[in-house]
Amino acid sequence: MAEKLSMRLQCPVPKMDFDVIQLGHGSGGLMTHRLLKSGVFEVLQNEFLREEHDGSIVDLTGKTAITTDSFVVSPVFFPGGNIGDLAINGTVNDLAMCGAKPQYLTLACILEEGFALEDYWEILLTIREAGKAAGVQIVTGDTKVVEKGKGDGIFINTTGIGLVHPQADISVSKIRAGDVVVVSGLVASHGMAILSVREGLEFETTLKSDTAPVHDMVWALLDQFGPEIRFLRDPTRGGLASTLNEAASQRKIGIQLEQNSIPMLDEVEGACELLGMDPLYVANEGIFIAIVAPGIADQTVAKLRQFPLGKHASIIGRVVNDNPGQVVLNSSIGGKRVVAMLAGEQLPRIC
Amino acid sequence: MKYLTEYRDVALVQEYVRRIHQLVTKPWSIMEICGGQTHGLVKNGILEMLPEQVTMVHGPGCPVCVTPLHLIDDAIALAYQPGIILTSFGDMLRVPGSKESLLEAKANGANIQMVYSPLDALKIAQKNPDKEVVFFAVGFETTAPANALSVIQAAALGLNNYSILTSHVLVPPAMEAILSDPETRVDGFLAAGHVCTIMGMEEYYPIAEKYRVPIVVTGFEPIDLLIGIYETLKQLEAGSYQVDNQYARVVQFGGNPQAKEIIGKVFITSDRIWRGIGEIPGSGYEVDQDFSGYDARIKFALGHREVPEHPECIAGQILKGLRKPIHCGQFGKGCTPEHPLGAPMVSSEGACAAYYHFAQMKNETING
Repeated sequence: MAEKLSMRLQCPVPKMDFDVIQLGHGSGGLMTHRLLKSGVFEVLQNEFLREEHDGSIVDLTGKTAITTDSFVVSPVFFPGGNIGDLAINGTVNDLAMCGAKPQYLTLACILEEGFALEDYWEILLTIREAGKAAGVQIVTGDTKVVEKGKGDGIFINTTGIGLVHPQADISVSKIRAGDVVVVSGLVASHGMAILSVREGLEFETTLKSDTAPVHDMVWALLDQFGPEIRFLRDPTRGGLASTLNEAASQRKIGIQLEQNSIPMLDEVEGACELLGMDPLYVANEGIFIAIVAPGIADQTVAKLRQFPLGKHASIIGRVVNDNPGQVVLNSSIGGKRVVAMLAGEQLPRIC
Repeated sequence: MKYLTEYRDVALVQEYVRRIHQLVTKPWSIMEICGGQTHGLVKNGILEMLPEQVTMVHGPGCPVCVTPLHLIDDAIALAYQPGIILTSFGDMLRVPGSKESLLEAKANGANIQMVYSPLDALKIAQKNPDKEVVFFAVGFETTAPANALSVIQAAALGLNNYSILTSHVLVPPAMEAILSDPETRVDGFLAAGHVCTIMGMEEYYPIAEKYRVPIVVTGFEPIDLLIGIYETLKQLEAGSYQVDNQYARVVQFGGNPQAKEIIGKVFITSDRIWRGIGEIPGSGYEVDQDFSGYDARIKFALGHREVPEHPECIAGQILKGLRKPIHCGQFGKGCTPEHPLGAPMVSSEGACAAYYHFAQMKNETING
């Protein structure tokens, strides 16, 4: 794992008379107070949190987007990040998918009794850095502790609000036949990185999660193309396949994908081959899918490629009238197959 | 990717598809034995490229599909026992038992962990000395060496809290069972490349001779599959019945002697029940007496019971190539990938699941 933030930022874990989270930290009493004071407030300090109130008052004018997401990941620390990155970037990206620039986030943590304080500290620092990188402020939050065995170390919920781009008109109902499907970056890196460190399933790889905020890229697209960006979605759980299937079935159109055009690291492809996983169903974090008007498809890719996160942006398919409600893949050897919704979680195959 | 992309070359694919179309003069049914091959055919859209006269019959080589119901029930019963951790390959988890699947049992509190390899199960046993760890040893000849090795290692480490619940099945006896069924509609076989990597090719000669069927040992990439199909068709059209090796870059005539030796140490051949097909003599492995301490069946005194299949599931006839999924009254109605009645609807290589999705693409009514 990369060097810890607490080492790099010279933010040692605060000296406290405990090294793991205890039930009392959720009691609301002195222990809670100390944990918050020297933990959350100290690390995330800003004008809103300084009030130490149960809520915050913010100023917003214009069309506002709101989203909430809960984060449960095992293991909590993985190559390329930890649950803190996901909690910020996930919500920031959900706002971005509404065409909004993220402004404020709430942060609720459910900690399991016995969770290492050092790990909690590391996650808070990660949250601070990810928040800074995304340009959002954490304005209010909550911390609860559950008994040992009733959680998985730490669960996080974040709710975000952001202002919608004045030219944005993003909706599944805007998709029409002829539109082009663009993906902003490499597919399946996050899911395979997590899998590579999951207990009992470890395999050696240098793969890293791609967790990152994508709202700057989205904002730039909306600046340039406005309502010609018809639909945005980040293909997190369930991957590319599930996200596109949702769009196809909601809008009752067909989506045709070109297998050869889907950008993917060789390592990811190799790991998927080895484990019998289909990369189209593997989770992503730092990429998004844009369905755009046919006339701007190439420019969309060109624009995205100006960003470091977008340098692998590619056109991967088209919206068609055939096979309404379905995603059909033109395989790399010229065959066709239906990319169906998964019944449940994708499970590695025996042979 | 080296050693893969060469076998996915579009021009070569087109060339073999063209040759196949040119060659075929009458209807033929070819069974691909292995689920991995079915997966390759489905994933790459190869079924769509073949002439209408060529029917690919998805064989019984999907290990999770043929694991008998009573063993899944046994595995689940073990997993509910306090003090036992049941470990299993991933795609076994969703296969329905008589009441529930392993995944459902897990949700209901059974202690079930997914692993990629029996050696990972062994590690879990080492880490949990106060628990009994049982590995659900499912598979064909391909997974047998690793499963056997886990037993040998457990013995070497003196680990007494590890055992395997075996459901090992063997390809050649199943081929014979299919061929000796008078209703059989299989004209030729793609033998499973990975099984032959371990076991070699010898066993297939008497079968080809006795039943006068061509058998081509075939790999899993698009070019492998197309060459395998092409070579089988060539023999069929010419009226010959040889054993051929398309997968010579991996499969040697004698197989892998070390792997066979390990299998021979731990397992003995036994009669086996195949889900949907029934008992086939000499078609599986049991743990040998010398290692009976690692045999979950003996360790936990599991009895042998027959559990009836869902009465309307025709999985057995589908696995034998006698009927198509669309001939099943429950297909797409009572039986879907979300609520499978039988194993072939579970995984993407299961014949029923493959048909379910393809029928949708072609806008066919899935009720046939």
